[in-house]
Amino acid sequence: MFTPEMMQSIQKVEATRPQRMGMEPRRMTADEKDALLKAYHPDYRADGFAEIKTGPNKGQKAPAELTQLLHANSRLLHTEIDITKNDYDVDVLVIGGGGAGASAAIEAHEAGASVMIATKLRLGDANTMMAEGGIQAADKENDSPVQHYLDAFGGGHFAARPELLRRLVMEAPDAIRWLNRLGVMFDKDAEGTMITTHGGGTSRKRMHACKDYSGAEIMRTLRDEVLNRKIPVAEFTAAVELLKDEKGQVAGAVLLNLETEDYLVARARTVVIATGGAGRLHYQGFPTSNHYGATADGLILGYRAGAPLLYQDTIQYHPTGVAYPSQIFGALVTEKVRSLGAMLVNAQGEAFMHPLETRDVAAASIIRECTDRGKGVTTPLGSGVWLDTPMIELLGGEGTIEKRIPAMLRMYLNYGIDMRRQPILVYPTLHYQNGGLEIGGDGFTKVIPNLLVAGEAVGGIHGRNRLMGNSLLDIIVFGRNAGKAAAARAQVTEPGSPNLDHIKAYAEELSAAGIASEDVSPLLLPKYARHER
Amino acid sequence: MEKMVNVYFFGKKYSVPADLTIMTAMEYAGYTLKRGCGCRHGFCGACATIYRIKGKNELKTCLACQTQVEEGMYVASIPYFPTDKRTYEIEELKPDQRVMMELYPEIYSCIGCNACTNACTQNLNVMQYIAYAQRGDFERCAEESFDCIGCGCCSVRCPAGISHPMVGVLARRLTGKYIAPESAHLNKRVEEIHEGAYDSLIEQIMQKPITEMQELYNTREIEK
Repeated sequence: MFTPEMMQSIQKVEATRPQRMGMEPRRMTADEKDALLKAYHPDYRADGFAEIKTGPNKGQKAPAELTQLLHANSRLLHTEIDITKNDYDVDVLVIGGGGAGASAAIEAHEAGASVMIATKLRLGDANTMMAEGGIQAADKENDSPVQHYLDAFGGGHFAARPELLRRLVMEAPDAIRWLNRLGVMFDKDAEGTMITTHGGGTSRKRMHACKDYSGAEIMRTLRDEVLNRKIPVAEFTAAVELLKDEKGQVAGAVLLNLETEDYLVARARTVVIATGGAGRLHYQGFPTSNHYGATADGLILGYRAGAPLLYQDTIQYHPTGVAYPSQIFGALVTEKVRSLGAMLVNAQGEAFMHPLETRDVAAASIIRECTDRGKGVTTPLGSGVWLDTPMIELLGGEGTIEKRIPAMLRMYLNYGIDMRRQPILVYPTLHYQNGGLEIGGDGFTKVIPNLLVAGEAVGGIHGRNRLMGNSLLDIIVFGRNAGKAAAARAQVTEPGSPNLDHIKAYAEELSAAGIASEDVSPLLLPKYARHER
Repeated sequence: MEKMVNVYFFGKKYSVPADLTIMTAMEYAGYTLKRGCGCRHGFCGACATIYRIKGKNELKTCLACQTQVEEGMYVASIPYFPTDKRTYEIEELKPDQRVMMELYPEIYSCIGCNACTNACTQNLNVMQYIAYAQRGDFERCAEESFDCIGCGCCSVRCPAGISHPMVGVLARRLTGKYIAPESAHLNKRVEEIHEGAYDSLIEQIMQKPITEMQELYNTREIEK
């Protein structure tokens, strides 16, 4: 149900559609992209960032909301916990029940380790479940891992850590095969050839998909496999601090049962942080496409224990979040909508950019259209531009939308909008944390022995921007690697006695820096109740 | 002044803005959700909800995150339902009819009431996909159940005690693994990488200076 003003603008979109059908908008030059990003991308807004005053990244910037949590207090600072009691005792503790955590647990189990998952919501409640568009892998004749490397490295502004990106692209085809052999239903033709498309910034069509439920199909398969293997999963049980031993090795974690509010101690020889992203911190007031639990918990746990962050100042705003209707404000409109041919069009009906620029460029371009150029469409919560979805049916034939992006069709039909007949309104939404905890090529943090990180909680795999389809890929590749590496290390490591000394040390550092925070972190759940906002 | 409606969470009355979803209305009312809240965008099935509009007989099922509040709505969330997932080793299974008979025999007790389909928050034809499973037609069961998000509203309403989402997961895994054709190009590439065909090329590109990488990137050919 669009407003009369929106309907008038739709007429302009419809008027230019026949002429736009035959053309491909020009791609921006490197210089144009640089200038655009500097002027309009939220990462360049100084007032959205604050200096970190303590810990390994002291003196660097992070989003203000993240810095606030890094400066907050541990729940355990003034709480007596008997850390000698072992509620759990395992080889491998996986913190987080999303795609990376589940992959790590399956591989650790496969390697013969005793492994458990602790997750603050349910197994599978994660951004993985919500990934729509697809997963990249260079497995076609005209493609190669080297080409994939080039696309990802350039798309990430030449800042990715080469040893991490190498693993991502070289292990991608095997990740797809592993998923397929677990029973993930990829879109294939009758001969078994994967149906692949472009994503923003790809030079080859290497986006594999499961309709637009790609992440859901992967996640529910991984969850089923975790359950089949009878891997213990502690749900509604959040890690609130890591344990370390006298050698500085990680030694497990203190967990909090969110329902009973009891603390539990999990001893482990190795720990995998797979806690995902931070969209629910709503940096710079943006809405988010992320899961309820995306509150950067793992970053806080790791940082307080001494592990440095990398690229914590770069955030991905997905160019096409829902701008209207308000009920689904900020929800993701998959990039696959553009892969299938829909153009970005302003209120005047003009295609103002190539639809498959990288995400940071596309987001900045939409923000420019809605601000300085004044060519956005006004909505109750702000403004947006059109994503001309009827083009998909014209290009791919009637029924393409229902077959290829059924989740999008369903989401809009709930609110009386038929995207097959009418375009939809979009605006950038907080989507992905490019940065995170720093790891080496082996998956371990460089400073805390036996601590690994996998998935969105890692920084450096993608550099300063991530391409579509490389995140589903990274959770599988780095999740599997972490599980294998953690299981192997657990066999040879010699654990000491656990302590929480690092919490006291961090508190002293905060105090020395003149910080007296009233907040507690990790946040665990966003403050959405009206009295807490 | 924004329009308000009266809704009843677990029987207790709250006045909330009319344009909110059930989930955001609960938060407006002051709830901090732990269970019954997941992705908030209709993909995870955490927020299965049952409601009745005052004065109407019909019980409805929905996702709290995808459903707008209405005047006189009596709402109860179903944050957990004991669906019965059977465990198996996927490598040991074969995609024939016996699989369902052994793992989910209760599907043959379906009485055809169609309550599952009526309860589906995704508007899937649930009874039909169970019928496909009964016949051992896993591919069609997989296709028909593909958009299932596992909220479990179907199972809540089923008089035969069937755990429909679990049947769908099994059918899809059997289809993805055993019935859909193998991807020859994928197997070939995995072998090539395994044999080291790309080792030196990837080493080379990793060593290149940034300026050369910029040149390569900005001039790379993009597949049409």
